[in-house]
Amino acid sequence: MEAFGEIFQYILSGFSTGAIYALIGFGFAVIYNSTGIINFAQGEFVMLGGLATIFFINMNFPLPVSVIFAIATATLTGVVFERLAIRPLKNATPLNLVLITIGASILIRGGAMLMWGKDTHVLPSFSGSDPIYIADATILPQHLWIFSITVLIIAASRMFFNRSITGKAMRACAYNREAAGLVGIDVKKMVLFSFIISSAIGSLAGIIIAPLTMSSYDVGVMLGLKGFCAAIIGGMSNGAGTVIGGLLLGILESLGAGFISASYKDAIAFIILLLILFFRPEGIFRKDETERV
Amino acid sequence: MKKSIFLCLFMLAVMMVLTAGPAVAAPPVKIGALFSVTGPASFLGEPERNTAQMVADDINRSGGINGRKVQLIVYDTQGDATKAVQAANRLIKDDKVSAIIGPSITGDTMAVIPVVEKAGIPLISCAAGIKITEPVKKWVFKTAQNDSLAVSRIYEYMQKNRINKVALLTVSDSFGSSGREQLVMQAKAFGIQIISNETYGPKDTDMTAQLTKIRGTGAQAIICWGTNPGPAVVARNTRQLGLKIPLFMSHGVSSRKFIELAGNAAEGISLPSGRVLVANLLPSSDRQKKNLLKYKRDYMKRFGTEGDHFGGHAWDAMMLLKTAIEKGGDSPAAIRSQLEGIRNFSGIGGIFSFSPQDHAGLTKDAFVLVQVKKKNWVLMK
Amino acid sequence: MTEAKRDILGFLLFAAAVLIAPFFFADSYILNVLVFVGINTLLAVALNLLLGFAGQISLGHAAFFGLGAYISGVMTAAHSFDPWLAMLIAAVSTGVAAFIIGFPILKLKGHYLAMATLGFGIIVYIVFNETVDLTGGPSGLPGIPNLSLGEFSFDNDIKNFYLIWAFTLLAMRISLNLYRSRIGRALRAIHDSEVAARVAGVNVKNLKVQIFTMSAVISALAGSLYAHTMTFISPASFGFNFSVELVTMVIIGGLGSVYGSFMGAAILTLLPEFLRIFHDYDIIVYGLLLILIIMFMPGGLAGGFRTALERLSRSRKQGAD
Repeated sequence: MEAFGEIFQYILSGFSTGAIYALIGFGFAVIYNSTGIINFAQGEFVMLGGLATIFFINMNFPLPVSVIFAIATATLTGVVFERLAIRPLKNATPLNLVLITIGASILIRGGAMLMWGKDTHVLPSFSGSDPIYIADATILPQHLWIFSITVLIIAASRMFFNRSITGKAMRACAYNREAAGLVGIDVKKMVLFSFIISSAIGSLAGIIIAPLTMSSYDVGVMLGLKGFCAAIIGGMSNGAGTVIGGLLLGILESLGAGFISASYKDAIAFIILLLILFFRPEGIFRKDETERV
Repeated sequence: MKKSIFLCLFMLAVMMVLTAGPAVAAPPVKIGALFSVTGPASFLGEPERNTAQMVADDINRSGGINGRKVQLIVYDTQGDATKAVQAANRLIKDDKVSAIIGPSITGDTMAVIPVVEKAGIPLISCAAGIKITEPVKKWVFKTAQNDSLAVSRIYEYMQKNRINKVALLTVSDSFGSSGREQLVMQAKAFGIQIISNETYGPKDTDMTAQLTKIRGTGAQAIICWGTNPGPAVVARNTRQLGLKIPLFMSHGVSSRKFIELAGNAAEGISLPSGRVLVANLLPSSDRQKKNLLKYKRDYMKRFGTEGDHFGGHAWDAMMLLKTAIEKGGDSPAAIRSQLEGIRNFSGIGGIFSFSPQDHAGLTKDAFVLVQVKKKNWVLMK
Repeated sequence: MTEAKRDILGFLLFAAAVLIAPFFFADSYILNVLVFVGINTLLAVALNLLLGFAGQISLGHAAFFGLGAYISGVMTAAHSFDPWLAMLIAAVSTGVAAFIIGFPILKLKGHYLAMATLGFGIIVYIVFNETVDLTGGPSGLPGIPNLSLGEFSFDNDIKNFYLIWAFTLLAMRISLNLYRSRIGRALRAIHDSEVAARVAGVNVKNLKVQIFTMSAVISALAGSLYAHTMTFISPASFGFNFSVELVTMVIIGGLGSVYGSFMGAAILTLLPEFLRIFHDYDIIVYGLLLILIIMFMPGGLAGGFRTALERLSRSRKQGAD
């Protein structure tokens, strides 16, 4: 009974971190699918979301307004980045693209450090911090926010990519950029859209976790990498694949920390990444989505 | 006539400048500093850099050391051993400093030690690792309290209160691993049994897995060793899981910042701390009190935040150097032997007494046990 | 033939410049920085074999550097092995490890390869950090002895300068030769088009793994040299940031250019010295430089020079056929 309670707590904890990995991974997938770029600056949008919200709250804006301002800040950063550093590049090699996004992440991190200092900052919980008991395990009200916003975002984006013209056009770019261009889709605009969507989602992820994890200028790196693992496990899909990838990663990490060794928790995530890349580079859900190897 | 008076005055002025010139321009005392101002340990390096600069300016404003100005040259190590070694070489070979304070972290210090030992330049490290001065190295001193002293403080309290089964949760960086080593090593001497020994990563954002595991072991207390923000997450997760056993932390989080980060979850947490945190609560008989209050006030005035004991390490290093140079001049060898002879120096971190066998200079009296009560630090008995 | 002679002459001039450099900086910390320029050049040349010649991304090369440093460090500091023997064992075992992971990793391409090597680098870093009993963990491993030949110990900057640059010049020479050999041509073919290379009868898979292994072995040697020069190592020197820094050196210098690797390594090693004037802003300047260089000089410093050279060698080859 005791052991069951423990396992349940591990799974619940893993579930909540996994939801975050999923959201961040989702941002990766959106950009990757429309541009073929792995955006190493994705984690920095997460950081920007959290820190900017705290910044606006300290300027005495109410929480919802601060959240909107923060998302706008991150999205603007994403747009500027796309316009100044990605769009001018022609025929860049993957290596150069990797480095340019790494350069951008260093730049954004540095800017945040100058703006908000090197200290860690707290964002108050959205609705209290009294634990909620589920059987023997506990979660916080903030976790419920995380779950529901993740579900909401995924549902909304499914609608967007499957129903709206713009969403379909973006998917067309993902399948074949040149063909999409030939049938009259403005590919450049779609690339810009993908940066807007992914920076907005990334910053939202950063905002909803900030009350739990706190925020500082350098939180983005590891979160970004974990989000990337989630996206790879899920096969770089714009939908459920990445969500399941994120949850799986979160739960395995948590169980690994509980039963194997907490010291090697991060190593577990990257070993899973390597195994997936070696044996099923198209993600664990073989048949669905695009064939990207 | 007027012209000649003017000319005379002019000549006089020139002569005064010429004669006074060399006196004003007495070569400054050059002190080098290596701090991790940026990078993961910037929470140490920044207050240290600020404090060192503040102390140097204060000394210069009040006439310098024996009439000579202090020139402080600070390089950022970014917490990277290679950069620390390059910067140390630059300080020694190009800037020709008389002594070096810092680096901020144990790793950088260990990397720099062979350089200063070979060059014969005194180093006063601001890092806590016990390896820095044990075994004693000729040219190396330190001002940060050894982890071992903080550990003894906690264990002493536990022994008194009959807590003998503890769980450890330490961060996997040099601060945490050094603390963990001491916690494990000293446990037996205090009759304490470590029944769970967990770690977490410096950037981890959720420790419920480790705490759930600890909950199942029947530990009577948890000791968490880390620096912000990890321990604040641990405090919050402990509260989330409804763990009722006492939570002890290290001096790594002895600042107001910790209470701000952990919020309500900070309530009731105890830890060993330098006296600077509770300066205003100290009895007026306390020898350090006057310096502590002045340091906090000055730091607040200049940088707008509260001076903490990390900055205090740099204060101690600068003032120890000042004391040594006042007595024996600024040749590296003289500074070294004067430092070794300093006894009963009342600093921020404690009362320092160096000797040829002890280059760390502090006893466990450097620490007091404090607890969070109603969002404030209070002294524990 | 004149070109081969020019190649030798150029190399001799470079080597001569390196050999006399210490006389200009004898009593300056610059000499110390030049020791690290040597180590970083060695690393950049190694990574360039993979990146520039074979066109394969690695964001985890700091791991091989670290493996060399830690195997050497642990064997000599904790178990009193002879440093030279430890260095040999470090190079061989890192090579074996690279050979084994080379097969699955090099099957991947582009961004996936980047992520896999990054993951590998982080795993190795975590192992350095967590195996406290073996490596000393995050506090580092002190007390590594200097290399020595009999009574002669490499215990100061000037001695280490010559020791390290001897290795670096050797690696540069081997790289230059490799570039001109049949293997070099095959490698460049992989870089241009893997399918075409395969059609032309190049065993692409084996060649990639071989070059990956060679690159890892040279990096491990650099690691051993670093450990014995510093006499102290800690995991922070072998993390993701350093992997990125190494790739940046190669890119700034120019993919596939051996002398470019030297330039890239020199610039990035000296950069912190120049950036000091920006104080805390240096991180921003660094990020900005990285972006600007890639945007406006995608071929790196040696880029233009190299394309010219390549064209020359191609036309020469066509002439020979």
